Amino acid sequence: MNELPQQLANGLILGAMYGLIAIGYTMVYGIIQLINFAHGEIFMIGGFGALTVYLWMPAGVSLLAIIPLMIIGGVICSVAVSTAAERFAYRPLRTAPRLAPLITAIGLSLALQQAIWKWYPDAKKDRSFPQFKGEAIDIFGAHIQRGDLFVLITAPICMLALGLFVSKTRSGRGMQATSQDPDTAKLMGINTDRIIVMAFAIGAAFAAVAAVAYGLKNGQIGFKMGFIMGLKAFTAAVLGGIGNIYGAMLGGVVLGIAESLATGYMSNVPGMDLFGGGAWKDVWAFVLLIIVLLLRPQGLLGERVADRA
Amino acid sequence: MRHRSLLILTTVLTTGALTLTACGSRDDSKKGGDSGGTQTVVIGVDAPITGDLSALGLGIKNSADLAAKTANKENTVPGIKFEVKPLDDQAQPSVGQQNAQKFIDDDTVVGVVGPLNSGVSQSMQKPLNDAGLTQISPANTGTELTQGENWKTGDKKRPFKTYFRTATTDQIQGAFAAKYLYNNAKIKQVYLIDDQKPYGAGLAASFKNTFTTLGGKIVGSDHVNPDDRDFNAVVTKVKKSGAKAVYYGGEYPAGAPLSQQLKDSVQIPLMGGDGMYSADFIKLNKKAQGDIATSVGKPVEELDSAKKFIADYKTAGYKDAYEAYGGGTYDATWSIIEAVKIAVADNGGKLPSGDDARTKVLAAMAKVKFDGVTGPVSFDEYGDTTNTMMTAYQVDGGKWTSKLSEAYKP
Repeated sequence: MNELPQQLANGLILGAMYGLIAIGYTMVYGIIQLINFAHGEIFMIGGFGALTVYLWMPAGVSLLAIIPLMIIGGVICSVAVSTAAERFAYRPLRTAPRLAPLITAIGLSLALQQAIWKWYPDAKKDRSFPQFKGEAIDIFGAHIQRGDLFVLITAPICMLALGLFVSKTRSGRGMQATSQDPDTAKLMGINTDRIIVMAFAIGAAFAAVAAVAYGLKNGQIGFKMGFIMGLKAFTAAVLGGIGNIYGAMLGGVVLGIAESLATGYMSNVPGMDLFGGGAWKDVWAFVLLIIVLLLRPQGLLGERVADRA
Repeated sequence: MRHRSLLILTTVLTTGALTLTACGSRDDSKKGGDSGGTQTVVIGVDAPITGDLSALGLGIKNSADLAAKTANKENTVPGIKFEVKPLDDQAQPSVGQQNAQKFIDDDTVVGVVGPLNSGVSQSMQKPLNDAGLTQISPANTGTELTQGENWKTGDKKRPFKTYFRTATTDQIQGAFAAKYLYNNAKIKQVYLIDDQKPYGAGLAASFKNTFTTLGGKIVGSDHVNPDDRDFNAVVTKVKKSGAKAVYYGGEYPAGAPLSQQLKDSVQIPLMGGDGMYSADFIKLNKKAQGDIATSVGKPVEELDSAKKFIADYKTAGYKDAYEAYGGGTYDATWSIIEAVKIAVADNGGKLPSGDDARTKVLAAMAKVKFDGVTGPVSFDEYGDTTNTMMTAYQVDGGKWTSKLSEAYKP
C-alpha cells in the first residue's frame, strides 16, 4: 500500500485547521501589531459554544441539520468574547508600550482557560463532541473521514469569502488602509476602532469554524485544546508571513503536511530512525520554520516592510 | 514620615503574624499531647486538586476523607479521631515538595496519602523520609520508587523506608498485559505506542520485554505527544505495518482519539493500562468496542468491600466521582488508620506523644494487613503492595467487561 496520499491528506486536513485559526493571528497582527496569544482560547470557546448548541437540540435530529446552528452558536460565543477582550483588555492599552498588551494577552489566555474549566459543566475533563456516522470515503487513494470533509469544504469557502471581503467591500478596503497606516487612515475618515473590532471578530469567527472542525474530527474538546492549536496556528501565521491572510492558510497547510510527513517518513531516512515518528514531528515542523525564516525572514508570502514602531 | 508609618505597619503586621503563629502551634501541641479524652490525628493528602488531572485528584481527596470519616463513625481506633488535611500539588513536583514540608511541620500529621504522579512522589520521598513520616501513594506505578534506580538489572534496593504504595508497578502491569494479549487474545503482532511520560514509557517498555520473550513480534513503534488529539499520521503507519493490535502506554485523554482514529482506518484493538481503564475512555471514543485495558485488583462488582465503598461514597454525597484511584486511596488511608491502631494498642491505648508517634506508626506499617476495597492489603519488604491481582477488561457494548483476573507471578 502506498501511504503517501494518505499522509498528504492527513496533513492537509490538519493544516487547513491550523490555517483557519492562523487567520485570527495574522489579521490582528496586520492591523495593530499585537500577537493575540488569547486567540487559542477564543478557538476553544468556539468549540464549547458549538457543543452547547448541540446539547440544546432535541435528540434524534440529524447532525447535518444541526451543524449550521452549531457553527452559528460557536461563532457568536467566540466573537462575543473576542470583541469584549478587545474592548476591555486591549483597547485601553493601545498606546501603551507593546509589551503591555502582549502580557495582557497571556493573562487573558489563562483566565479564559480557567473560566471554562471552572464554570462550564463537566469541562474539567475532555467533553465528547458529536461526530458523523458512516464509513470513510476514498479519494485519490486516501481514506477521508466524513468529519474531515467538513474542514476541507469550509476552509476554502471561508478563504474565498474573506478574500472577496477584504478586496471588494468598503470595510475590507478600510481594513487594508488601516493596516498600511492607521493614522492616515483615520484622517481619511476611516473609523479605525470599528476596523480593529472587525478584525478581532473575523478572526474569532474563523477560529470557531476551526473548533467545530476539530470537534467533528477528534470527537472531543477540552479546555486545554487552545494552547497547542494556538501555538501551531501562530507558527503557521509566521511561516506564511504574518499579516498576510493567504499566507496564514498556506503556512497552516505547509505546517500540517510537514508534521504528517515527518511522522510518516523521517524514521525511514537512513541514520534518522531515532529522530522520526510522532514524538519528533513538532521538532521537524520548527526546523522547517527556522529554515524558512532564515531564507525568507518575511515568511512565505509576507512582504518586506519597514518596522513602524 | 512615610518611612516611619511603613515601619509601624511592618511592626504591627509582624507582631500580628507572630501572635497568630504562636496561637497555632500552641493549639497543635495541645491536640497532639492531650492525654485524656479524644486525640485528633491528621492524615495529610497530597493530590492535584486543580488542573487537568483534577478529576483523579478530587477522587483521591474524597476517598481519603471517606476513609477517615468511616473510621470515626465505626470508632475503629478508640479514643482517636481522624482528620484529613488535603493539599493541592497541581501535579507539579516543586509544589509537592512544599506540601511535604507543610506536613512535616504540622506535628499532628502522622501519615501522608498521595500523590497521584510518580514525578511528584520523587520530590516528596526524601523530605518525608528524613522526617520519618509515612507516605502511601494510591497511584504511583513507577517501579524505581520502591525498588531503586537499578531494578532492571535485578539490583533491587529500597531507597526510602517511609514510602509505601497500594498501586502495583508498571513492570507487573505491562507483563500481565503482554501475557494476556499473547496467550488469551492470541495476538502475536503488535505496534507499540507510548506518550513519553514516565508512566506510559515504563508500561510500554515492560510490555515489550515480556511480549518479545513470549515470542510475540513488535512490528513497529512510535511515540506521541500526550497533548495531541490528531494521530492520523501514526495510524497510517500502523496500518502499513500489518499489526494485529496496538499497545498504548499512556492515559485515556489521548488514548480515546487514538483508538478512534485507528479504527477509522483499520479494525484492530487498542490495548492500554489502568490509565486507559476509565469510563471516560468509552465516552470520548465512539469506536471503543473491542479495546482492552488492564487494571489493578479484581473487578469492583466481585468484591463486597468495594460495594460498601461505592455505597458509602454515594451516601457521603461527594460532588466528584471516585475515579480510577478511589479504592486504592481508601485502602492507603485505611493502612495508616490500621497502623495508628497498632501503635495505639502497643502503647496502652493512646498514641505515643511527639515524634514517637510517627516512628511508631511507621514501624507498624510492616504489620498492617486487612481486606481492603481492592483486595487484601499488606506491604512487602520494598513497600510495594503484595496484592498483584490484575484484571484484563475489554470494551463490550459500551462498557468495560472483565475478561480475566489473575494474581501475577513474575
